Amino acid sequence: MTLSIEVKQLQLKYGSFTALHDVSFQLEGGKIYGLLGRNGSGKTSLLSILASYREQSKGSVAIGGEAPFENAGIMEQVCFIQESGYMNDASRVKDVLKLAASCWPNWDADYASRLIKHYELPLKKKVTSLSRGMKSALGVTLGLASRAPITIFDEAYLGMDAPSRYSFYEELLNDYMETPRTFLLSTHLIEEVGTLFEEVLILDQGRLILHEETETLRARGAAITGSSESVDRFVEGLTVLGEQKLGKTKSVTVYGELTDEMRKRAQAEGLELGPVSLQDLFVHMTKKRGDGQ
Amino acid sequence: MFDDRSPIYQQIADKIKDDIVSGVLQEDEQVMSTNQYAAFYRINPATAAKGFHLLTEEGILYKKRGIGMFVSGEARQTLLAQRRDRFFEEVVDQMLEEAVKIGVPVTDIIGHIEQGKRRDGE
Repeated sequence: MTLSIEVKQLQLKYGSFTALHDVSFQLEGGKIYGLLGRNGSGKTSLLSILASYREQSKGSVAIGGEAPFENAGIMEQVCFIQESGYMNDASRVKDVLKLAASCWPNWDADYASRLIKHYELPLKKKVTSLSRGMKSALGVTLGLASRAPITIFDEAYLGMDAPSRYSFYEELLNDYMETPRTFLLSTHLIEEVGTLFEEVLILDQGRLILHEETETLRARGAAITGSSESVDRFVEGLTVLGEQKLGKTKSVTVYGELTDEMRKRAQAEGLELGPVSLQDLFVHMTKKRGDGQ
Repeated sequence: MFDDRSPIYQQIADKIKDDIVSGVLQEDEQVMSTNQYAAFYRINPATAAKGFHLLTEEGILYKKRGIGMFVSGEARQTLLAQRRDRFFEEVVDQMLEEAVKIGVPVTDIIGHIEQGKRRDGE
């Protein structure tokens, strides 16, 4: 089952602080989405609303056409895994798994057992006594085995070491191909997971500044390097994200489609056109004045 | 596994083309599925599918419904012709440009090539 997600002019306030400003987007579902943003950009606030954990202050959210808040029918379709979600949980691992099995109608017990074995999760230990990596592994197990039509990982795998994270990426991808559903991952480890995302959303200071297919985004960034004069002339009228200078040489990062004609012009002017990684684009788009630039 | 130079689907397409040119993939041979590519390179299957789509549009691959993707009969010849067309522009011209920049006379380059040919002939 594919559930669409439709968010319209969403606003969330904590007292006088506005965590989300006028956020609107539409996800058709059945894809792996990446939600990128710096710390405090509103990622967890947004995901909490999608997962029925919070109610928005203004605007609307519809999952499969229905409002999720206090809606039992939608809540069992959405699995929300947070990094800190189980920190204070005094129950044992096996009880957490039992509870999960009763919460998610699509729970796959065989898959859960396989993952438990793979991550060597100690069933009898209390969740509070697990290491950070083990807590992450438990979260990942719950999210994957839930087989929920919408599964959200809010930086849930950050506590894992690199080999475990990579095995999680592989597991996620294989599971997605076997049983296609909607995955929503928030992260700042873009270099590691960027290739898994079909679409990317970027939040910055509570606002959605970008929602784009990952491949389109990747094709749109370019770094133009050459003599200051020619570079300045070339980037006139383009969206400049950042610039660096080294003596008489200047390098400017731009965002936007470069036409064949522009590429030829760059070559004729002796300018070098280079790629920009997803990570760099993200850094440029979300940096503030005063970040040491 | 991928560089940041071009979209990943483009790089997938280029890898398959390379395999066809070098003979690793034969004509009418089945190509691995998009899911197999996705799992191997750890990329979204839609990205791999986009690379495959590009190759079918260029006539390099063709689809057999319900079975998978195959290498077209003329794929290798088409690719070889394209690469030969680009060879002088992308390889030879750039080499000459470099030679001019650093002051290597063209006669030296020709001499070097002929020396190599003589060595290979022995």
